[in-house]
Amino acid sequence: MDRKLKKSDQHLDETLAVDIAGLHLSNPTMLASGFLGISQDIFNRIYLSGAGAVISKSISIDPIEGYRNPTVITLDNSSYINAVGLSNPGAEAFSNEISCNRQVPIIISLVGTSDVEFPHLLKKFNHLNIAGYEINLSCPHVAKMGMEVGDDPEMVGHIVKTVKSNTSKPVIIKVGVGSADIMKIAEAAVDSGANAITAINTIRAMTINIETGMPVLSNKIGGLSGKSIKHIAIRCVYEISKNLKIPVIGCGGIFTWQDAVEFLLAGASALQLGSVIGSQGLSAFRNISYGIMEYLKKKDFKKVTEIVGLAHRY
Amino acid sequence: MVVIDQIIQQSPTVRTLFFKDILCSGSKPGQFAMVWIPRAEELPMSLMFGHKRDYSAISVRKQGFGSTQLYNKSKGEIIGVRGPYGNHFKIKKKYRKVLLIGDGIGLIPLLKLTAILNELGINTTLIIGAQSRDEVLFEQEVRNYLVKTVHKIIVTTEDGSYRIHGQVTDAMTVILESEKFDTVYTCGPELTMKKVFDIASSYSLPVQARLERYMKCGIGICASCCIGEQLVCKDGTVFNEKELRYMDEFGHIARDKSGRKTLLH
Repeated sequence: MDRKLKKSDQHLDETLAVDIAGLHLSNPTMLASGFLGISQDIFNRIYLSGAGAVISKSISIDPIEGYRNPTVITLDNSSYINAVGLSNPGAEAFSNEISCNRQVPIIISLVGTSDVEFPHLLKKFNHLNIAGYEINLSCPHVAKMGMEVGDDPEMVGHIVKTVKSNTSKPVIIKVGVGSADIMKIAEAAVDSGANAITAINTIRAMTINIETGMPVLSNKIGGLSGKSIKHIAIRCVYEISKNLKIPVIGCGGIFTWQDAVEFLLAGASALQLGSVIGSQGLSAFRNISYGIMEYLKKKDFKKVTEIVGLAHRY
Repeated sequence: MVVIDQIIQQSPTVRTLFFKDILCSGSKPGQFAMVWIPRAEELPMSLMFGHKRDYSAISVRKQGFGSTQLYNKSKGEIIGVRGPYGNHFKIKKKYRKVLLIGDGIGLIPLLKLTAILNELGINTTLIIGAQSRDEVLFEQEVRNYLVKTVHKIIVTTEDGSYRIHGQVTDAMTVILESEKFDTVYTCGPELTMKKVFDIASSYSLPVQARLERYMKCGIGICASCCIGEQLVCKDGTVFNEKELRYMDEFGHIARDKSGRKTLLH
């Protein structure tokens, strides 16, 4: 698809523009990693739907097929449990996929089993027209990846340092709620030079079918996303942004502009949307941006950045 | 969860499973459900008419692991069904005479459509394709579905063991030489649908094709089923000729479970 990209948020003025980790975004909404982020055509479409940036699915060195279905469980229309298994085409194929990207702010999510994998991953993407990286240190359902490395502050420090010394692009660290204290992990990321933190990833969860007595996901355990985790995410964003000097990107159960504003007040400088797409489709980006703008107008704020972390005052 | 109420053997490799599900019983032609085979798989399956009120049905050909598990289910066993999902075949008011082309199990999503065309009294020609005589599916069912309208049923077999020797597209080419249609509806292997599309385009005939891709979520959040910028589960599964024309990957490229592009052949 090579037609001229015409963004649907052109009418949005600078009110919603945010600068985060060296990136200038037309509005604070981003596509969360794990959702849809598989092809250039899809990235173009999501960007045109009004996302300020898009995060890819987590990319590993080698392709991963992922788990057998069922991999995604709809709990109601606002929460999901998934164990997709980090399926992705691998760094080589994905690098080719987005090699012609022109104007979409694509942030590549990377996943690896240890710090030594990251220089190889970065080598595949550093030369491309991308906005930066998000390091997935918090996928809760794949052995030796994601949360299994992200639960160890020392390993997190190693990875962040390694990534930072192998790229000049912005590096965002995605943290989650695991067995370690999220603040310790965030601190390790900040101390090692991360440019921003995304909080939070899905939270380890499962569902059992009561008629058969069987776990539903093929992997049995997966990650919970959507409205069920919103208030845990709000707490994490609040604690991290209040106590550490680093921009935080809020993620977890943002379905409405009210949710978005709550995250901003908690201290999020930008917002990631994912589960909401299941019920609202891609119009969620535009709807939430509009809602934030209306709120700012009503409350007499000139820029969205004015309300980031306002709740810290109390 | 639903109980399998009845099973019909359609061919040596295809069975139809009936179950009670009010939502699925009201599905539109071309819609699908994600069917859970406990501790085995979850598969997108086309929804068909049930045998009683509030019932629906799916037909499965044993091919891979999951479909064989589903095929081997017995009456009284339970499976999970979520849906119906996706868009559906559309019938425009101006349609008077239409051509349906169902190749192999691709006929399944066209069955509900056939019955609705019958109700609307639209002149219907249906081309059914199969490998061999044994695998000709639903021939009697579609005859029953079409009793109220002018219709023609053409069957092709690739080995020539029944009716016309050849492929559905051969029969399509022949009939288009002498007859005019308002539109073409098709489902089957993608390379066949691509041929159908190309032939229809040469006659400036509108097409609605029901596409298939590997799916995980079924609800438009994972993009495993993407073709270009389209999501087969949410934007499809039925695409019209305008959409197909801009779909560079249609008939050429699919993605494997990891998301890598693979050539269709």
